[in-house]
Amino acid sequence: MPTTETGKSSTESEVSGLDYEETQLTLAPPGGSKSEPEKKRGFSESIDLRLGRPALEAHAKDPASGSSHGPVSGAGKSPASKAQVVGWPPVRSFRRNALRSCTYVKVAVDGTPYLRKVDLDAYAGYQQLLTALEEMLSCFTARDYTNERRLVDPVNGAEYVPTYEDKDGDWMLVGWWMFLLHARD
Amino acid sequence: MTYFPEEVVEHIFDFVGSHRDRNTVSTVCKAWYQVERLSRRTVFVGNCYAIRPERVMARFPGIKSLSVKGKPHFADFNLVPYDWGGFALPWIEAAARRCPGLEELRLKRMVVTDDGLELLARSFPNFKSLVLISCEGFSTDGLAAIATYCRGLRELDLQENEVEDHGCQWLSFFPDSCTSLVSLNFGCLKGEVNGGALERLVARCPNLRSLKLNRAVSVESLNKILARASHLVDLGTGSFAVDHRTDAYHTLMNSFPKFKSLRNLSGFWDASPCCLRAVYPVCTNLTVLNLSYAPAIQGDDLIKIICLCFKLQKLWVLDSIGDKGLAVVASTCKELQELRVFPCDIYGAGTTSVTEEGLLAVSSGCPKLNSLLYFCYQMTNAALITVAKNCPHFTRFRLCILDPGKPDPVTNQPLDEGFGAIVRSCKNLRRLSLSGLLTDQVFLYIGMYAEHLEMLSIAFAGDSDKGMIYVLNGCKNLRKLEIRDCPFGDIALLKNVAKYETMRSLWMSSCDITLGGCKALAAKMPRLNVEIINENEETDEFEENLSDLHKLEKIYVYRTVAGPRNDAPDFVWTL
Repeated sequence: MPTTETGKSSTESEVSGLDYEETQLTLAPPGGSKSEPEKKRGFSESIDLRLGRPALEAHAKDPASGSSHGPVSGAGKSPASKAQVVGWPPVRSFRRNALRSCTYVKVAVDGTPYLRKVDLDAYAGYQQLLTALEEMLSCFTARDYTNERRLVDPVNGAEYVPTYEDKDGDWMLVGWWMFLLHARD
Repeated sequence: MTYFPEEVVEHIFDFVGSHRDRNTVSTVCKAWYQVERLSRRTVFVGNCYAIRPERVMARFPGIKSLSVKGKPHFADFNLVPYDWGGFALPWIEAAARRCPGLEELRLKRMVVTDDGLELLARSFPNFKSLVLISCEGFSTDGLAAIATYCRGLRELDLQENEVEDHGCQWLSFFPDSCTSLVSLNFGCLKGEVNGGALERLVARCPNLRSLKLNRAVSVESLNKILARASHLVDLGTGSFAVDHRTDAYHTLMNSFPKFKSLRNLSGFWDASPCCLRAVYPVCTNLTVLNLSYAPAIQGDDLIKIICLCFKLQKLWVLDSIGDKGLAVVASTCKELQELRVFPCDIYGAGTTSVTEEGLLAVSSGCPKLNSLLYFCYQMTNAALITVAKNCPHFTRFRLCILDPGKPDPVTNQPLDEGFGAIVRSCKNLRRLSLSGLLTDQVFLYIGMYAEHLEMLSIAFAGDSDKGMIYVLNGCKNLRKLEIRDCPFGDIALLKNVAKYETMRSLWMSSCDITLGGCKALAAKMPRLNVEIINENEETDEFEENLSDLHKLEKIYVYRTVAGPRNDAPDFVWTL
């Protein structure tokens, strides 16, 4: 089956190096759930953006405490908006930009010739990614289910469930999302 | 000494090298001041707004080498607005007027324009070396001017600049008569360069020792260059990605063995593991290896190459090396002095990354380690205490735990004791960056023990004003203090105002400083510029309307003999 390929081959060689966590698209730093209820700083509001949860960790801001409102746009917005603490981690923009493309993945729909390259960096969350995929693979529409969205082929009604192939070649479920990825070797 | 003729005094001063010593010497008496200023060949200006360029050139008309720094360090992380300042042109103009003998110019974090570069190129007949680090505002047209007019240019070194791409031809402007290049680094350029021009340039410069190519240079082009440049000491490889089934790949595989002098390798922008094999033959001689721009090289392949590099002194890698890879570094690289581990995946939760284990291994295996930049997801007090014991020679220690305010995961305690151990043990520590959960206690330790500390970077740390006060009262040699997102307010700011005249600069953002506090500081210390950086467009007339209680987002305080600067943009208010 012919596949459409886009993009330079050089970035594709990085796809095979991706593993589960890299494609999971969590936005919070991997410190995981905040275990510090007594934190007095504003940053906790700004960086805890696990998808599906409200952006704020319900830390009442201690008025006697330190840090002012950080320069963050995420607090209060939808969980899918990509908000981060400005200038954190302290990595020079030159380096950030140079390493951007290590988040490319190829997206294919099983049994079809559709193949698209997607920069995970460009999407703040699964919903946006799915929307973008909808646009790219325009023959499908997304149907809402409770807690899940699936791609539906309007022709035959078949549902496509996104799954993910990890570096060991196993098909994995990614959170509540299953996402089909072709990793090129 | 006053009976010696000036020539003898001058000759003696030849042996006085360092800036500080020369500065001291010049204050002894008028005669010495005169001799020193006329014989001074190198000047370093750490803050371009601390003194006017005309004054520098008037005092030192004979300088051959000038080094100037512009924006505050936190500009690297987008905390300083784009057009804040740091313009190079006034410096170039002043030098062009007064110091025509200038041979070297080194600029860091400054705004350099094409006009400035052209003026530079045309004004100094003996110009030999241009080094631009983290600068912006210029394009490849400016580089073309340098190439055209700087006869006898030896060094063009562009490190991590933002350069606008106006085409690939700038390299062709080096005339055929240019054979003097020793060092050429254009690794930061985004666009292509004319491959033929590059190859011919390399071929006609027999003294070329350092060549750093940008990502756009293909392996095919690299092969041709390598064929002509076997005396290279320092190579930035360009893209380094090619299909292993091509001729170019096979040529690459055979290119490196002849490079007997090669000591530094970097670049590897798109390198894949099979291409990396090409450099194995030179690994045993390498002293510097930078793989930090090569995300496709994962842990196992990193290990394969590091195993061979037993003379390595400086290693920059991504955290995909993992603790396992760092253990290999520890057992192989016994000469290692500097290690930098950068985060590969800035936004997400990478599984392969490094923890305190990796750092522990390196600290125990590499006795000469003195400089560290380490991004990791967690750190423990126990590890830091052991690292401090293993490595008392740290001069630079920068630890960035990616989750701000994260405690020791084992004990859930702040990392005060760990960093305390570092400053207590490392008596020559000059630079320190803190991270993780930290209370005022760590600053007490720093104030008490970090006697030689010159630069301190603090983020998301501390409980109260006491923290900052400990530092200001304690660290005798502190020159640069930069703070973000800490609960330090006016009391801390105003506790020891005289301190700021002994320092180059203070940066505070997202702290608890108020307008009133800054006004008080400015009133007490006329020889400081107290800059308020206010990017909020809604408060345009903020000078009239804001109360003294208004909290300030960003302030930058620095000593100066030049008074308030005349090039400040609207959003910068100097009190």
